[in-house]
Amino acid sequence: MATSLAPSPQIATHRVEREPHGWTSWVTTTDHKRIGILYLVTCFVFFMVGGVEALLMRSQLAVPENTLINAEHYNQLVTMHGTTMIFLFVIPVWAGFANYMVPLMIGARDMAFPRLNALSYWLFVAGGVVFYSSVFWNPPDAGWFSYTPLSNGTYSPTAGQDTWIYLIHLTGLASAIGAINIVVTIATMRAPGMGWGRLPLFCWGVLTQAIMLIVAIPVIGAAVTMLLTDRHFHSCYFDPRCGGSPLLWQHLFWFFGHPEVYIMILPGFGVISEVLPVFARKPIFGYRAIAASTVGIAFLSVLVWAHHMFTAPIPLVVLAFFMISSMAIAVPTGVKVINWVATLWRGSILFRTPLYFACGFLVLFTLGGLSGVMLAIFPIDWQLHGSYFVVAHFHFVLVAGAVSAVMSALYYWFPKMTGRMLSESLGKLSFWFQFVGFLVTFGIQHSLGLSGMPRRVYTYNADTGWGTDNLISTIGAFILATGVLLTVANVVRSLKRGVPAGPDPWKANTLEWFSTSPPPAHNFDVIPKVTSVEPMKDLRAQIAQRSRDDGALRTARVRAPVSVAGAVQSTTPGGGEHV
Amino acid sequence: MTAATRSPRGRLELGSLLARIAIALTIVLAVGGLAGAHPAWAGVITPESGGSSNADSIAGLYKIVLIIATVIFCAVAGTLVFFLVRYRARPGHVASQVRGNTRLEIAWTGAAALILVVLAALTFTRLHGIVTPAASGDDAGAIFATVDQPPAPGGHALHIKITGRQYVWRFDYPNGAYSYEELEVPIDTTVVVDIYSLDVNHSWWVPKLGGKFDAIPGYVNHTWFKITKPGVFTGQCAELCGQHHAQMIATVRAIPLAAWESWVTRQKQLIAEANAEDHLARAKLDSQVGAAQVESP
Repeated sequence: MATSLAPSPQIATHRVEREPHGWTSWVTTTDHKRIGILYLVTCFVFFMVGGVEALLMRSQLAVPENTLINAEHYNQLVTMHGTTMIFLFVIPVWAGFANYMVPLMIGARDMAFPRLNALSYWLFVAGGVVFYSSVFWNPPDAGWFSYTPLSNGTYSPTAGQDTWIYLIHLTGLASAIGAINIVVTIATMRAPGMGWGRLPLFCWGVLTQAIMLIVAIPVIGAAVTMLLTDRHFHSCYFDPRCGGSPLLWQHLFWFFGHPEVYIMILPGFGVISEVLPVFARKPIFGYRAIAASTVGIAFLSVLVWAHHMFTAPIPLVVLAFFMISSMAIAVPTGVKVINWVATLWRGSILFRTPLYFACGFLVLFTLGGLSGVMLAIFPIDWQLHGSYFVVAHFHFVLVAGAVSAVMSALYYWFPKMTGRMLSESLGKLSFWFQFVGFLVTFGIQHSLGLSGMPRRVYTYNADTGWGTDNLISTIGAFILATGVLLTVANVVRSLKRGVPAGPDPWKANTLEWFSTSPPPAHNFDVIPKVTSVEPMKDLRAQIAQRSRDDGALRTARVRAPVSVAGAVQSTTPGGGEHV
Repeated sequence: MTAATRSPRGRLELGSLLARIAIALTIVLAVGGLAGAHPAWAGVITPESGGSSNADSIAGLYKIVLIIATVIFCAVAGTLVFFLVRYRARPGHVASQVRGNTRLEIAWTGAAALILVVLAALTFTRLHGIVTPAASGDDAGAIFATVDQPPAPGGHALHIKITGRQYVWRFDYPNGAYSYEELEVPIDTTVVVDIYSLDVNHSWWVPKLGGKFDAIPGYVNHTWFKITKPGVFTGQCAELCGQHHAQMIATVRAIPLAAWESWVTRQKQLIAEANAEDHLARAKLDSQVGAAQVESP
C-alpha cells in the first residue's frame, strides 16, 4: 500500500555531529548495534577459549591411561569448559544477536533502556574476567553444576569455586537486566501496525527467552548465594552434617538449569524460523503454531527439572511425573521441527550458507531431541545418566542445536552488520567440516556411554575397550575445530574483502533489511507501517508497483519525496543481485 | 520442470506425501531396527545387559524406544532431504505461497502426542520387571529398588550396604564382614543394596547389573540385582566426586552359594584377626608413648 510510504514532514538535521570513533567510542557506547557487536566479539573469544579447553580434554582421552593432563587439571578443564560455553558463550551470544537485531526487526531506533543495555554488557564482561582470573590461582573443579558437598568449603576450599559463584551472579544480573530491556523494547517499541501476530519469529524466541530468564535467574542467584554463605559464613543449607540437604542444591540448580537449556535454544529456534522461509522463498509454515509452541515450551520447561535427578533418592511417583512432563515438552518441539520441514515443501530453495547450517540444525537437533526422549524415560535414564550418552545428547542439542543456529545467524546477518557478504565457498566448506566433525565427535560418544563410560573421568583403563571410540571422537573434535576456524578466517577475510552486500542481499522478509548495511545510528530514516508478518515482501511489492506506475506516469514527472527515495532505492530487488 | 508443466506427483498434498514417506521408512527401518537389536550390538547401540534381569529389562525397553526413534528420525531427515532435492531453486520454478494448514498441523501435533503416550504406557508396563526385585532362594529382609518400592516376592534376599567415599566403595555384609572395591555375592540370589555416602555425592553403577543410583550424604538409595551365572562385573562411580573420580572402580564377583558362604565367614575371621593384631600393636604403641610421656617432664 502506497500510503505507508506517503511523505511526511521531516527535519533533516539540527547540527552535524561527527561519527564517534576510536576505542573510547566503543567503551562508552549505548548504541544497541555497537553493544551487539561487542557481545558477539567477546562471546566468540570465549567460544574459542572453551573450544581449546575441549580439545585439551579430547587429546587427554584419545588414548587410554594417557598422562598428558593430570586429574586435577582435567577436572578444572571440565568445569571451565562447561561454564564458559554456557554462561560466557551461548547465553550472551543470543544477547548479542538480540541486541543488534531486535530493534531493527521491530522497526525501533534503539532498545528501550540504552544505558541499562551497556550495563548488561559490562556486567557480563566483569563476570568473565572474574571467572578467568582464577586460572592464575586455582580454577574451580567441581563441574559446571557444582554439586554440593563437593563444591562446599570442605571439599573445594580454594577461591576458584568462589569465582564460579561470582560469575553466576554477574552474568545472571547481566542476563536479567538484558531480559527486562528486551521485554520492554518488544512490548512497547514495535513499528506501527506490528501487532503480536506480525512479530518476527526470532523476536518471539528472544521475548520468550527473556521471560524465562526473568523467571529462572533469581532462583540460581539465590542458590549460589546460599552456597556462598555455606562456604564462608557457617550457614547450613546444603550440608547434611548440620541438617542441610545436598538434594536441595540439585533441585534449585536444575529448576534454573532446565529452563536454561531452552534459554540457550529458543533464540536459535527463532533464527531457523527466519532463515528457512527466506531461502525457501515462501512464508513460514504455520506462523501461529511456531509462535505458540515457543510459548508452550517455555511453560513446560519449568516443570521438567527433576529429570536431571532420576538417579537420586526420589520416590517413584515423582519420577513418573517428571518423565511425563519431559515427554510432553517433546510435543511442541516436534511440532516446530515438522513445521520447519514443511516450510521447505513446494519452495524454491536457494542453497546459501545460512540454509546449510539451518538444515544441519534440523537433522542434528532432531537426533538430540530423540535421544532426549530416551533419557526422559527414567528406567532407561538409570542406565544412561551421567554417562557419555548424556554428553553426546546435550552436545547434539547445544552444539548441533544452538551453535548451528549461531552459525546460521552469523552467515545470515553478517552482511547487515558489516555491509559485506561472507564468502559462500568458505562458508560451505566450514559447514561440512563442522557437520561431519560434529557427527564423528559426538555420534560415537553414544556408544561410549552405552558401554559404560561415565562422563568427567580424566582417563580410563585399556581393558575397558573404550580406546578406539575415544580416538575416533578426538579426531572428530579436531575436524569440528577446523570447521569453526574456517568460519573465523571467513569473518576476518570478509570484513575487508567481502563482496559489498547492499541493504537486502537475501531479499528477506523482516524490517532489518529495510535499512542500509550497516544501519545508521538511528536505524531508519522512515519507519514503515507494517501490514503483514513479512513487511519487506510487501515493501518490495509496493516498489515494483510504484516503478510500474512511474513508468506509466513518466511524462507527469511524479517523484517520491527525497527522504523516502533513499529507502525506496535501497529496497529495490536489484539490491540482491550480487548474491 | 516449471510450475506449468509439473507432473501430478508435484501436486500431491503435503499430508499424503508425508504419509507415503513415513510408511516406506517404517517398513525399511523396522526391519533394520530389529536387526540392530541383536545382542552383538550391546554397548554399541544398546545398553549393556546380561548380568541381571533388571538390566535386561532396561535394555529391552531401550530397544523398543530406539526402533521408534530411528523410524521418526529417518522420516524427518528423509523428508527434509527429499524436499531439499525436489524443491531446489530452478529457472521458472516459483515457490508456492502456502502459509500453513491447520488440519495437518493438528494432525501431526496429535501424532507426536500419541507416540509419547505409547512410550509412557510401554514404560509403565515394563516398570515392574525393572524396579521390583526378582525372587531368590536365599533368606533375608525386605527389599526396595527405589525409596518407595514394595518388598520382593517372598521377601528373600541378601542385604548389602554399599558406602561410597572419596575414592573407594565399601561393602558391608549381613554377618558383619566387609570388603573394599570388590563385592562378593552368591549366584541365584537377589541382592538388595542400600547405598550411602560418607562425604560427597557418588553414583553406584555396574552397567550389566542395571541402572545407576546416586550415593548422597544424608540419604539412602536402593537398588537390586540377581546374577544367575558366576562371573565378574565391573563398573565405576558415575558422579564427579573429586580428583580421583576416575579411579573409583567397583567390581562385583558372583560365585556359587557355598563358596560365597565360606568366603564371607573367612572374610569376617580375617577382619577379626587383623583387628586383634591392630589392637595389640596399638596397645604396645600406647604403652610406649605413655612411658615416653612419663619420662619426658
